[in-house]
Amino acid sequence: MHAHRFGLGLRREHYRDFLEGDVDVDFVEVISENFMVAGGQPRDILRRVRQRHPVVLHGVSMSLGSADGLRPDYLARLCALVEEVEPMFVSDHLSWSRIGSFNSHDLLPLPYTREALDIVCNNIDQAQEALGRTMLVENPSSYLTYAESSMTEWEFISAMAKRTGCGLLLDVNNVFVSASNHGFDPVDFLRGIPMNRVCQIHLAGHSQGDGLLIDTHDSAVNDAVWSLYAQTVARCGPVATMIERDGDIPPLAELLAELDVARRLAAHREAA
Amino acid sequence: MNLADIQGGFHAMLATSAPAAGVPDGPGRAVYQNNYRTQLAGCLEESYPLLRAFIGEEAFLHAAVAHITRHPPQAWTIDAYADGFGATLQTVFPDNPDLHELAWIEHALGQAFIAADAAPVTADALAAIDWDQARLRLTPTLQLRAAGTNAAELYFALRDGASVETEMLPAPGGLLVWRRGFVSCLRALDAIEFAALAHLQREGSFVGLCTLLVERLGEEQGIASAGAVLADWLGSELITGVDNE
Repeated sequence: MHAHRFGLGLRREHYRDFLEGDVDVDFVEVISENFMVAGGQPRDILRRVRQRHPVVLHGVSMSLGSADGLRPDYLARLCALVEEVEPMFVSDHLSWSRIGSFNSHDLLPLPYTREALDIVCNNIDQAQEALGRTMLVENPSSYLTYAESSMTEWEFISAMAKRTGCGLLLDVNNVFVSASNHGFDPVDFLRGIPMNRVCQIHLAGHSQGDGLLIDTHDSAVNDAVWSLYAQTVARCGPVATMIERDGDIPPLAELLAELDVARRLAAHREAA
Repeated sequence: MNLADIQGGFHAMLATSAPAAGVPDGPGRAVYQNNYRTQLAGCLEESYPLLRAFIGEEAFLHAAVAHITRHPPQAWTIDAYADGFGATLQTVFPDNPDLHELAWIEHALGQAFIAADAAPVTADALAAIDWDQARLRLTPTLQLRAAGTNAAELYFALRDGASVETEMLPAPGGLLVWRRGFVSCLRALDAIEFAALAHLQREGSFVGLCTLLVERLGEEQGIASAGAVLADWLGSELITGVDNE
């Protein structure tokens, strides 16, 4: 059994730190698509970082919720990267981006229906079969809900995990954002998902939009999300936690300080 | 509605910015519409920073909106959205070859940055070559196009914060982009070198290259020129293999 692990997303601003320094993390997470290229410096950096740290491949383009299935060319490229990197986890989102030839490049929300569940599970099965391993699926932030939904997000996730055997990447900030936007209790979400399937946690900052919270990843984790994280680690077993920062990237020391907060909260809950 | 219908409606809503069946009204819809356009415009801005500086924010945004409206994204990677922008620029600004060529340069440099790796040939590998039978392999990072303006000079000036007047070249030439190590490189070519490199890219034969240069420059200067350009291309790491037929 692993102990809790703590990591950071690898961002361009910190390449040198990770390549030359001794950064105190247990893993780094990279956006898979940034490295699904033929060659050049991105692939070289990933190879060198991989020599120093375990790597998590986190995707944004698999489109697990597409009604017309996954793109074989995307899967083939991802499989090649997985083979090369031998990642700690491979993950993507419970959302859709593509229908037909159109690709929105956004994590669009799904209706939580029986039909959507069948489609998502088929797509996860296909991905796991191609990858030859279990993948993690992340709950997204969302800004609208569909009249067609016949179950809650956590009921959908539970059924998905049970049917496919996939692991869960629990984004605590996304739970908080969606709970605020849709008026549910985030603790109901935590109670409703199978915590023994949670392998990784994302923590991030969000912003206040026009009547909605927006998952911007451009600020520090706020107190409400830290509180929800503390409740999360109290409910799950050893898990890999990371800070996900995509905008207004601060110096690495600032992110490492945030990661120390996560370490302290997890240690406190473990001691309790 | 089933999932395919909902996703089709969502697609229509994003592509047209108009309400669509199956997508609930409200502030959330505006968030997704804004994300969609902001991401695509951001990709273009990131891919063409010098073009944006050259033509100005308003003209760039005008072209970006035209591109987003006419060409919904299709590839799995958003980076590919920059690929077709050059064609849109030719439609929006048909009489500005300088900006077409500047856009090509920025796009080609980006493509070269992530193109497949291939080691340049070493001096040792050339020792036993029968040049009458030799076929040269060019780096997979190489991109070529004809040029009618001083866009390369413009690129370097914009990059370095200098100023330069754009102008048509006295005689058409070419633009060469490739990668040395991890650094994308740009070079302006005269008409002869452009023709020679394009020939080599197409045919591969060193003898064919010599024939072309002899036709253009005469026997003595053509042969001398073939040796000179080959030495330069080897030194610039443009040649990644030499095969004997």
